[in-house]
Amino acid sequence: MQASFTVNGTVRSVDVPEDMPLLWILRDKIGLMGTKYGCGIAQCGACTVHLDGIAVRSCQVRAYELDGAEITTIEGLGTPDTPHPVQEAWIETQVAQCGYCQSGQIMQAVSMLSDNPSPSDDEIDDVMSGNLCRCGTYPRIREAVRLAIQKQGA
Amino acid sequence: MGKLRTLTRRTFLVGSSAVAGGVAFGVYRAKAPFENPNLAELPEGAASFNPWVIIDAEKITLIAPHADKGQGVFSAQAALIAEELDIELDQVEISFGTPDKAYMNGALTAAMVPFPQYDYGKVAEGARRFVGGVVRAALPIMGTGGSSAMPDSYDKLREAGAVARETLKAAASQQAGVPIEDLRTENGAVWLPDGTALTYTSLAATAAQIEPVTNVALRDPSQWRILGKPMERVDIVAKSTGTLPYGIDYKTEGMLFATVKVNPRQGGALISFDATAALAMDGITDVFEITGGIAVVANNTWTAIHAANAVTCEWRKATYPPEQDAHWAALSASFTDDRLNAEARNVGDVDAALGAEVIAEYRSPYVAHAPLEPLNATILVSDDRVDVWTGHQLQMFAVDMVAEITGMDGDNVHLHNQFIGGSFGHRLEFDYLKQAAEIAVKMRGTPVKMTYSREEDFAHDFPRHITMGRGIGKHENGKVTALDVQIAGQSVMTSQMSRMGFSLPGPDTQLHEGAWDYPNLNLPNIRVRSYKETGLAPVSSWRSVGAAPNGFIYDTLLDETIHAAGADPLMERIRLMGHEVSVKVLETVGEMCGWNGHDLGTGRGRGVAYVFSFGVPVATVVEVTQTDRGIRLDEVWVAADVGQVIDPVNLENLAQGGTLFGLGHAMNCEITYSDGMAQQSNYHDHEAMRLYQAPKVNFTALENNPKIKGFGEPPVPPAAPALGNAIFAATGQRIRELPFNKHIDFV
Repeated sequence: MQASFTVNGTVRSVDVPEDMPLLWILRDKIGLMGTKYGCGIAQCGACTVHLDGIAVRSCQVRAYELDGAEITTIEGLGTPDTPHPVQEAWIETQVAQCGYCQSGQIMQAVSMLSDNPSPSDDEIDDVMSGNLCRCGTYPRIREAVRLAIQKQGA
Repeated sequence: MGKLRTLTRRTFLVGSSAVAGGVAFGVYRAKAPFENPNLAELPEGAASFNPWVIIDAEKITLIAPHADKGQGVFSAQAALIAEELDIELDQVEISFGTPDKAYMNGALTAAMVPFPQYDYGKVAEGARRFVGGVVRAALPIMGTGGSSAMPDSYDKLREAGAVARETLKAAASQQAGVPIEDLRTENGAVWLPDGTALTYTSLAATAAQIEPVTNVALRDPSQWRILGKPMERVDIVAKSTGTLPYGIDYKTEGMLFATVKVNPRQGGALISFDATAALAMDGITDVFEITGGIAVVANNTWTAIHAANAVTCEWRKATYPPEQDAHWAALSASFTDDRLNAEARNVGDVDAALGAEVIAEYRSPYVAHAPLEPLNATILVSDDRVDVWTGHQLQMFAVDMVAEITGMDGDNVHLHNQFIGGSFGHRLEFDYLKQAAEIAVKMRGTPVKMTYSREEDFAHDFPRHITMGRGIGKHENGKVTALDVQIAGQSVMTSQMSRMGFSLPGPDTQLHEGAWDYPNLNLPNIRVRSYKETGLAPVSSWRSVGAAPNGFIYDTLLDETIHAAGADPLMERIRLMGHEVSVKVLETVGEMCGWNGHDLGTGRGRGVAYVFSFGVPVATVVEVTQTDRGIRLDEVWVAADVGQVIDPVNLENLAQGGTLFGLGHAMNCEITYSDGMAQQSNYHDHEAMRLYQAPKVNFTALENNPKIKGFGEPPVPPAAPALGNAIFAATGQRIRELPFNKHIDFV
């Protein structure tokens, strides 16, 4: 099928099987590699992107659901020269070890903070627990989220 | 490369004109028998002072050959060079370099001598030097593992930076006609007395022509600008903006995408397959047989995985027992004289020692590596060369494996090592690479990226080896008097080395590592024996290898005996220790948590554990509360002695992450076999730690250890016994089998 949608502000039209997941459309068809494959079954969160402003697991969103959608990936959030405030917090806290999960962690955190600019510790734990980090950077993820809250409040 | 490699060492040393505008300098030349691999393709006017520094008119390149799977060694290697080179990390390019024996790991041999690593005596150190020399001559291994990157790099890379700096000063002296004594270096330039700066890049052409400076002194840590202070990892911005390319992100023109499906009964063959349904799918290029299974090539990864699932295969049986119970039964029957791997330690007389007895049996299961980046490799087989884009910890072996499968000379196999999204030991294995090479041979002329599905990663992992422990602890008058520890395990080294074409010479030390070298020097009676099984599932090094199961067995038995004696878990460990560096570690963790006994009142408790691994003593205290819904992990304290801290920020991150890694897997992870296949297939049934369960982890690093040590692995082993000991303190329930959630719930 022909799927037309917006990725990071650019209209894309791709010819793909109708059940092809957004994750693989982004990676293997469009060439945006910041969104990661980890499990394929919505257990790890490494593929998290925003669909119409809401965090979703892109491995679970199919081509036929994409028509007219607005997708934001980690590349659309900020750049190394002009990072998003949440990315700044991640950099200052030096969260990453292997870093492979961090695109998804950041996309999840940005979505959480746009819904709820000052989540409690329990709310942070609830929302962020769907994103697996095999290296165990969780203490720094919590710290970075709290720093991001400060930055966005400032 | 071929021509350079045929030059004799002597010719190489004196014949600077023979190496196209570059020369080799300094301590590297004096000490190393290996050619500098950078010289092969060095352009006119560029200088490579040693295998780690290349300077030309445009830029400075530092080579950081150790593989980075998240531990931060890319950054740390560059920092070691930059410290002595007087340059900032944002002024250089950093590269993983080309696999070469010049980058051999000189620290891997530390564990190959029969002395515990806390023994820095003359005999032990002499044996280490001797074995190091033998290995260097016979089999120089370039590799990253065993927490060895910092011990290997610490002096070598600082010397590399110092040699380059002093040679650049000599070049500046010649160019400007100013005595060397009047020159100083800062910020990537040599500074003349009048304030003129000659950048290193402007000096490259001159430096390439002059006699090198060989006599350099390393700076005292008190003079350091970069090392020992909080750093910003050079990959942190890229990893926070989705711009760091991992191996799985590699892309090139005309690339196709592949996946494999191999016999889930590990090592078993493929009998037949039917790919009719798969071949009918849109976007499929080909389906064909590879060793032990099939490969699917398609125009995207998802289609390849989708199609592989549609291929029906008939498999041969595995060579190991198909059901899990038989694995435990085999280990249970392994505590016999003919299976004795080693009597690794025998002090006093455990049989004759007096005291009441604690008798216990422990189990540590198979556990998956499951790094978040699925295994992958992109390979292009061309007429005269093979290019490989993957992240691997044993780079030269990786080249050899691909050379063998592609029929290409190793000199023409070019491995472009990539950043790795976690390994935990999995990137020491070769199956995925060999499969990718088989696919690339079939698809000659087309670059093909092979990616495992997560399910394939679980089915085809070589998990942590399965271990059973039996122990007797004795106590009298409130003191531990004897420990008799027996450990039986599937031999991880036998299994891993067999896949590299080697047989294991001598006992498998990983079957007692972390137990035999637990420095209870004040305990009068102690015996540690290990027993080797080889007929179970194929296994591989899993972060901290033997020290995780063995530390769990040893320290839990110790804790049980201390409790039976009525002694304080921390104070009795300190009394028994005798090893001063470790005593300080235990005392420090006690101060950090304000230790006042293990019992914190109803339903709350603390457990302490200590394990010595990879030369690093680590003590961990876990505090838990028993709630209506299960055990909650409240807070953790960790103290460790790494000898020398390079980057306190990264070290703390490794301490936190390694501790949570150890805790998470102890709580809820095991791989079990049924019908010869791993029963766990993805993260839903092998979850480890998630954020809501992660306690705060406090960390203190000490620097009393006589030598610098690595810290990728050492935080892991004490985590499991500390948690088990805490659960006992809070509930009175002693759990002797991992994972703990087989016996107790967690919140």
